[in-house]
Amino acid sequence: MLPLLFADSFQRFWYLFPLLVAISFVYAATREELMRPILHKAGAVALWILGFMAIIFAILFGVSWLI
Amino acid sequence: MSHSDPDIFMTHGDRDEMKLDEIEIDLKNPLVAAVLGWLCPGAGHLYQRRYAKGILFMVCILATFFYGLSLGGGHVVYASFGAEKHGTAAKSWKRFLSRWHYGCQVCVGVPAFPALVERFRMDEGKDPLLGGWMTPPYGPESPENPGGHDQLSDWHSELHFFFEIGTLYTVVAGLLNVLAIYDAFGGPFIPTSAEPETPPPEDEES
Repeated sequence: MLPLLFADSFQRFWYLFPLLVAISFVYAATREELMRPILHKAGAVALWILGFMAIIFAILFGVSWLI
Repeated sequence: MSHSDPDIFMTHGDRDEMKLDEIEIDLKNPLVAAVLGWLCPGAGHLYQRRYAKGILFMVCILATFFYGLSLGGGHVVYASFGAEKHGTAAKSWKRFLSRWHYGCQVCVGVPAFPALVERFRMDEGKDPLLGGWMTPPYGPESPENPGGHDQLSDWHSELHFFFEIGTLYTVVAGLLNVLAIYDAFGGPFIPTSAEPETPPPEDEES
């Protein structure tokens, strides 16, 4: 799986991470007021998004491998 | 309500002040803050003296927007409303729908305004500003485009994936600013339980 992420066709996945950071911080900042809770919430949101996308990725990868 | 639940208090008939646990937030004039937040991400929070959040919103949203703009070769926002059809500016919703992304991008405010300004100048036959950097794409039969190419198609062909990812970044930046505008208008969104608080049990003996 790891070499796959560095393959040319998967290079575009790296553009996900700046968006992930921005979305996590902005979403967390609309739920909290102080910086410390915002940071904690942003980390949790980022992990949640990553986990959700990893599950979807695994499902689609498995389906494409089966077909 | 448990201790971990945030207690939100608003003054009667007034949304200008709210209290979040022991933090008191002065929203000042929420409408002014929302408009400022739309014109420049984070400006509404700076107006409300919520400096940390204002700077956080400004950095995150503007960085996302300008990074997307650079990925898209500087064209993804200013490619608004599609190209001219047959050498004439088609003033219809079709032109907007062909580039609906601008409806999200314009939520970032001032950085997206040049697209509108340049489009109106082009429609009126005026020369573009700043050397044409922010002009919309010329159509295939436009006199300013002697090559006869559809400039929007050329941008897609030249940038490929980066035109799409640049568009995505700028659209997401606009949508994130909608959240920031709401936060400036109404304060942090804390989901509260819809169930009413259970009254303390009455003393059966009394």
